[in-house]
Amino acid sequence: MKVVTALGRLWLVPVALVVWEVVTRAAEQPFFPPPSAILARMHEMWFSGPLSRLLLTDDALADLGPSLARLFSGWLITAIVGVAAGIAIGCSPRLSDYVNPLIQLGRAVPPPLLVPFFLALLKLGTPAQLATIVFGVVWPILLNTIDGARTVDRQHLETARIFGFSAAERLWRVILPSALPKIFAGLRLALSLALILMVIAEIFAGTDGIGYRLLYTQRSYLYPDMWGCIVLLGVLGYLLNSAFLLVERRVLAWHRGARQTT
Amino acid sequence: MLKITDLVHSYGSHRVLGGVSLSVAEGELVSVVGPSGCGKSTLLRSIAGLIRPSGGRITLGGRPVERTPDDLAIVFQDYSRSLFPWMSAANNVALPLRRKGMDRRQRREAAMAALDQVGLADAGSKYPWEMSGGMQQRVSIARALAYRPSLLLMDEPFGSVDAQTREDLEDLVLNVCAHHGITILLITHDIDESVYVGDRVVVLTRSPAVVAADLVIGLGRTRDQIATRQLDAFVRLRAEVGRLVRGGHTGHTTESTSVLEKK
Repeated sequence: MKVVTALGRLWLVPVALVVWEVVTRAAEQPFFPPPSAILARMHEMWFSGPLSRLLLTDDALADLGPSLARLFSGWLITAIVGVAAGIAIGCSPRLSDYVNPLIQLGRAVPPPLLVPFFLALLKLGTPAQLATIVFGVVWPILLNTIDGARTVDRQHLETARIFGFSAAERLWRVILPSALPKIFAGLRLALSLALILMVIAEIFAGTDGIGYRLLYTQRSYLYPDMWGCIVLLGVLGYLLNSAFLLVERRVLAWHRGARQTT
Repeated sequence: MLKITDLVHSYGSHRVLGGVSLSVAEGELVSVVGPSGCGKSTLLRSIAGLIRPSGGRITLGGRPVERTPDDLAIVFQDYSRSLFPWMSAANNVALPLRRKGMDRRQRREAAMAALDQVGLADAGSKYPWEMSGGMQQRVSIARALAYRPSLLLMDEPFGSVDAQTREDLEDLVLNVCAHHGITILLITHDIDESVYVGDRVVVLTRSPAVVAADLVIGLGRTRDQIATRQLDAFVRLRAEVGRLVRGGHTGHTTESTSVLEKK
């Protein structure tokens, strides 16, 4: 029943595709190739490889591999650093008073602005790209973790104190789990930001990846290829978000349950 | 076992405790009753070392309470904020036992035994939010029991459950106290309850609170929700505590009539 209603809501997708197809065919503009042409190019470029490699072509591996590696390594590094720092700051009101103005300033800086700076400071390629991703993605993780660690229920902390929990138990069994819903919200926001910043980093400071391919195809007037990159990025963003939600639903099952009953 | 001498506490200029002195002997179940806002919770939090009182002395087993004592447990009124919702009931009960030097299996066994004692033998793998309020409070009690504290503090432990559950939990506490020789200080605003569960009832005055009376109940340990409440001694004590809580003799007539009506 749920599946049927979910599918029922999807009817707009094929309708939109058909409209897109009809309008672009009628317009005959080179900048706006019809979706069928885009899909054909995507298939040719990326998904016509051997079955043993899940149909992925050499180009697909060359484009997606470095991009996904950048995206995930940037996101994971930031997650570890951001959560650790956020817990430390959130648990110490004094530290949080000191660093709060800096954090507010830092997050107000649009991350792409720093690409030229990172390019001057670091090597073109991976270091500058990772720096761009990390800098842009760290804010939602950091702020959400601080908030989560700061708003641990006082009575949960008192319970930990009464029963003599060690510092490690307090951290791993009380503070981290109660901050986890907010941390996950930050991580999810960060994941979609990481995708955007990955593309930006590859456009400005890259020699490979989907972002670089996007720039290259645009400069070579290969509009169906360029649109293929755009569609691929959209689909990638959708898949990443869905996968993340799936994990979140498992890890935070207790949170949903607790919220429904109270 | 627990000795409180001249305990004073103020929040800013507002004096809550005005010199409370009381003592609890080993194995006793003492209920502390008083009008709402009279500082009962402040008293309990001072004993638990959660706040540092402005003045006076608290000793537990002869040693002054400065930080949270090692062998003290609390059952809070608000079970939903005391149990950890990200852990099963058994893990909630087992977690505090880590510091007792028990290994995983021993902790698990002790937790299951404690859950069994509170009548939740089959609920170990349930999460708190899958349980009713009464069941959650039973888990809190099991957690305290498994911890084997020398003193168990209960802060309005039955304040958030319905009447039937409340009676069940009162009997559970009496049972536990009798079987484990555990020392309990129970705070309540409910006059009837203070007499029903207590070996002794300590009545506090309005804030700044002092001890208005310290009554020995003397109804024995075997109590029954209906029969005990019908005893003349129970009715007399309840009326006396009621008058004291309302501040001396002002409530005398109303309390007597209400007693008559109940009879």
